[in-house]
Amino acid sequence: MNQPPRYYVPHHSIWPIVGSVALGITAFGGATLIHQSTEKVAAEGSYGAPLFYFGLACIAFMMIGWFGTVIKENLQGKVSGLLDRSFRMSMGWFIVSEIMFFAAFFGALFYARIISVPWLAGAGNNLETHLLLWPDFADAWPLFRTPGGSTSEAMGPWGLPFINTVILVTSSATITFAHWGLKKNQRGKLTFWLFLTLALGITFLVLQVVEYKHAFDELGLSLGSGIYGSTFFMLTGFHGAHVTLGSIMLLIMFARVLRGHFTPDNHFAFEATSWYWHFVDVVWLFLFTFVYWF
Amino acid sequence: MVAHVETGHAPRNRFIAFASRWLLTTNHKEIGTLYLCLSFGLFFIAGAMAMMMRIELFEPGIQVIDPLIYNQVLTLHGLVMVFGAVMPAFVGLANWMIPLMIGAPDMALPRLNNFSFWILPFAFLILLSSLFMEGGAPNFGWTFYAPLSTTYGPPSTDFFILGVHLMGISSILGAINIIVTIVNLRAPGMTYMKMPLFVWTWFITAFLLIMVMPVLAGCVTMMLTDRHFGTSFFEAAGGGDPVMFQHIFWFFGHPEVYIMILPGFGIASQIIPTFARKKLFGYHSMVYATAAIAFLSFIVWGHHMFTTGMPLFAELFFMYATMLIAVPTGVKVFNWVATMWRGSMTFETPMLFAIGFVMMFTIGGFSGLMLALVPADVQYHDTYFVVAHFHYVLYPGAIFGTMAAVYYWLPKWCGNMYDERLGKIHFWTATFAVNLTFFPMHFTGLAGMPRRIPDYSMQFADFNMVSSVGSWLLGLTQVLFLYIVIKTVRGGEKATDEVWEGAEGLEWTVPSPAPLHTFDTPPVIGDGDHR
Repeated sequence: MNQPPRYYVPHHSIWPIVGSVALGITAFGGATLIHQSTEKVAAEGSYGAPLFYFGLACIAFMMIGWFGTVIKENLQGKVSGLLDRSFRMSMGWFIVSEIMFFAAFFGALFYARIISVPWLAGAGNNLETHLLLWPDFADAWPLFRTPGGSTSEAMGPWGLPFINTVILVTSSATITFAHWGLKKNQRGKLTFWLFLTLALGITFLVLQVVEYKHAFDELGLSLGSGIYGSTFFMLTGFHGAHVTLGSIMLLIMFARVLRGHFTPDNHFAFEATSWYWHFVDVVWLFLFTFVYWF
Repeated sequence: MVAHVETGHAPRNRFIAFASRWLLTTNHKEIGTLYLCLSFGLFFIAGAMAMMMRIELFEPGIQVIDPLIYNQVLTLHGLVMVFGAVMPAFVGLANWMIPLMIGAPDMALPRLNNFSFWILPFAFLILLSSLFMEGGAPNFGWTFYAPLSTTYGPPSTDFFILGVHLMGISSILGAINIIVTIVNLRAPGMTYMKMPLFVWTWFITAFLLIMVMPVLAGCVTMMLTDRHFGTSFFEAAGGGDPVMFQHIFWFFGHPEVYIMILPGFGIASQIIPTFARKKLFGYHSMVYATAAIAFLSFIVWGHHMFTTGMPLFAELFFMYATMLIAVPTGVKVFNWVATMWRGSMTFETPMLFAIGFVMMFTIGGFSGLMLALVPADVQYHDTYFVVAHFHYVLYPGAIFGTMAAVYYWLPKWCGNMYDERLGKIHFWTATFAVNLTFFPMHFTGLAGMPRRIPDYSMQFADFNMVSSVGSWLLGLTQVLFLYIVIKTVRGGEKATDEVWEGAEGLEWTVPSPAPLHTFDTPPVIGDGDHR
């Protein structure tokens, strides 16, 4: 038994059950919140909101505790090469699942553009439906006027969206420079480029908020403006949520770098963050192409 | 070394010891047991719902259950059986068996494993709590088509949506864990083409889960925003389309039905060679067939929607692609039969269930082939023929597969042999009851009886009475199954390490019952060991 085990199997851990309870509370609270704030019972006050935020706080607490434990184990040298490979693979598959999550919304976008909007305007064998339901409806994308008659303007690609594209693509490059710095153990370079990546990420988010404000106030574009607004806000919104998560990850990496964590050959968390960052970047490129541009 | 490492700080009392053992565990065997227990419990809950429906359907007319309640029971029966009984049972088997079969010390990410499991009880708590909410539980069927679930869904639909999100998180994390375990923790010498077929089928199933569970999450998210935030994904007045819901749902839903059967294929492929005392016929073709089925499952979703007015080209594409699935599935069935051909067969309970699986799953496969034909499906659509079809692939398929696995591996898990006589009684009565319940549905369906309706026309009365009696008998046989499992866990004839004389594989090299920690040092697999 002098030899360390081939694979580190942790003993009892409190964090998973904390996470499960927290997720359960968040889901129940979230459903209650959505439910109560939109139904008539709103007047009676909602216990959904406190539950929901309490659940979120518990999730944050769980993540800090869980990741903290893993970091400690890593510093104690319990993470073998094999376990490191497990972490890498699971991060990769997690990103695959995220890609499929976005695929559902892109599927909705393409379905609307290629099938449902043209069909509502009478394409294919749907002329009779068109004449009976909404004879005035004309096929167009972006959809300025829905069959039901609500109107909005579309978000053009070449203002803020293009600037945001440049920002995200640049940040993908800067995080790679940071990674090169880490691999060559040039801490200054690492810190500088990582900070720049984080700053770019936050700039992106700020500009996204400005863009949303512009959409609401000047273009009359909202979640309720038909399928164009629905796909626009769901895709950019979920992408924004992922950039937020990625920025939080970058922030934590930055804090860990300042504390002197990571070595040239042991920095899985940093790499996972950079993979995630590249992933949100690539999703954005698809978004820019199919939501804004064409 | 084997037993309890954490005895250093003795818990104050037995309850705390018990709770901390099961709540905090990171052990794949304990988590596997948890999954199986949860699945067993939910199986009985959803089964009781089926019994309620069969009470109402015993005679034409509305007697016992209000139609609105009937809809809720019908919806929850489907949801709980799919997400609560079948899927967790297979994940539980994967947890128990995959590390044992590939010579791994545990799952690759043990803490994540605990997390994946403990999300589920909360998910089902939320889902089942909807029964007690104002407006009742979801009532739109397990497929929750828009606009039934969006415009017309009861208020509790929001809880259903969040519950589905939790199940999705659990499944995705569990699937990631399984894939990583298989890729990363195989014992030295265990090449991919030496992996037992149960491991192979789960490998592919886990891939399907990662690909489609996020799509389901996206689908219910769009439902949620359509319900409350004014989006128009499934609303034609805004340029969306309720049929789009069906496309997205079935893009998830069709791979999902293979998620619920592929591990069953793996189980049959483990058990039949053992009791035929022959190597599995056509190991390689089994692997390729599984992969082919998984691939095809992504391009056949439209066969659930032949009557929605898809363009002719799409209908033809989905029809031919669906019929193509019969080829790899046929390869599997022929391989199982060829494995038994001239084998030294014995018919212990696991083998009986495995053969029952092959026989009756094939019946479900053939009715599936009938449903794949567009002109025929226009007639069959939304009739009891469809109900007969999918219950034949799920009950004698997925559930008999799980039962075969439980009889096969239970002696390894708890160290005791089950009562062979009771096991055989269980098999024969369950087989009789399953056919009594579901076979008449083919006839009523072909004669046009619509599904999901609590009342029916007089001419279907006889067959429905037969179905109802069959279903109650079927329910009773599962109580017998519960009794057998409890009896075996509590005692009985000691099982040997090998348990079955013809069994091969690493799981039979560890003691019975399997100690808490196995394969801390990996076994080495030689060139000759090939399963």
